[in-house]
Amino acid sequence: MAELRQRTLDVLGKNQKWLLDEWNRDLSGSGVGNDNRIGKDELGQQTAEFLDLMIRGATQGGGTGIGTAAWGDVRAFLEALSRSRALQGFDSLQTANFIFSIKRPLFALLQRELGDEPALLAEQLWAISEILDSLGMHTVNSFQKSREDVIRRQQEELLELSTPVIKLWDGVLALPMIGTLDSQRTQVVMESLLQRIVETGAEIAIIDITGVPTVDTLVAQHLLKTVTAIRLMGADCIISGVRPQIAQTIVHLGLDLQGIVTKANLADALAMALRRNGLSVVKG
Amino acid sequence: MNVRTHGSMPVRREQDVVLARQAVRKLAVDCGMRLVDQTKMVTAASELARNTVVYGGGGDMDWELLEDGARTGLRLVFRDEGPGIADTALAMTDGWTSGSGLGLGLTGARRLVSEFELDSAPGKGTRVSITRWT
Repeated sequence: MAELRQRTLDVLGKNQKWLLDEWNRDLSGSGVGNDNRIGKDELGQQTAEFLDLMIRGATQGGGTGIGTAAWGDVRAFLEALSRSRALQGFDSLQTANFIFSIKRPLFALLQRELGDEPALLAEQLWAISEILDSLGMHTVNSFQKSREDVIRRQQEELLELSTPVIKLWDGVLALPMIGTLDSQRTQVVMESLLQRIVETGAEIAIIDITGVPTVDTLVAQHLLKTVTAIRLMGADCIISGVRPQIAQTIVHLGLDLQGIVTKANLADALAMALRRNGLSVVKG
Repeated sequence: MNVRTHGSMPVRREQDVVLARQAVRKLAVDCGMRLVDQTKMVTAASELARNTVVYGGGGDMDWELLEDGARTGLRLVFRDEGPGIADTALAMTDGWTSGSGLGLGLTGARRLVSEFELDSAPGKGTRVSITRWT
């Protein structure tokens, strides 16, 4: 890796103000500050801080690559920047552009100041280009990581959201299942349902699969296990929301759901649960 | 018999099974299948895609929209480079599984479609082709 010479560092230090102004002008031209997500002042603060940190990093770390301790502050700054950009909904291109847009003024400056020594100029351009590229990569990497964190959090929230156990009547619980039933979700569903059965002392649990688009052998296996567990707890289980196309598919798959009470819709299942509890609904 | 359109998608991870299902549902609608046929095709695809991931170690799904005179059809081919199936006759037995499932995926898929082809040998991977006509 090429090293930054003292002469380059001096040039950078002396022209920091000019660089900053040019960079800010380029950035506002590129449209990052055009909407209301980042104010002009905030962007200006970020550019000033980054430039300051970068020059300090270059002075201390030289050409040793951005993995060293000297670049620690710069890396931390970029990670924080990527995180806030990801949360604000910018894409990776716009985020990386923050770094790459400094190249034009920086290169122009070096050309102006080191133009008398072409060999040195080429070497220094290469060195600084390498540093900026790896900083850019680091930014994109952190940006990606922040995005993945957001997605993971949403997945967990979804998992919680999608398993509400509802009390329909005294002793009757209902669990409307929605979406894809993979192993992880079934586990959460089963746990919360069994827990509620203990808490409420319910005798009948209705699992409604109206919102499950596909019932294949894995889903069926999960359902069978859940029903068995509910029975072991001394409660009974009704599966409702078996649509005609699902019923036909289950028959062709050869699934054996004998011994499990199933109903076409939730209303029928509730009526049956009430009947079993010795209750009936009459018109007032 | 003409191929109207065709394409391919990866089936590598558990999440890809969900994506494959969604893709097949859309294709089945494009193909003009009724709701029951759509559901059957999607369920068969779900079984085979999961087999590809769980037993084949990941592979691909190729799809073709077919035209044969007045009728249209959808053909799906699931292929992997996994360990393959040693005894295909045994694998096509209801209730037999080498894993922890119900052992109804392959046989169930065969019953859900019009045409079913299984081609596998140890060390050569597995290729399952299913077709359903409207």
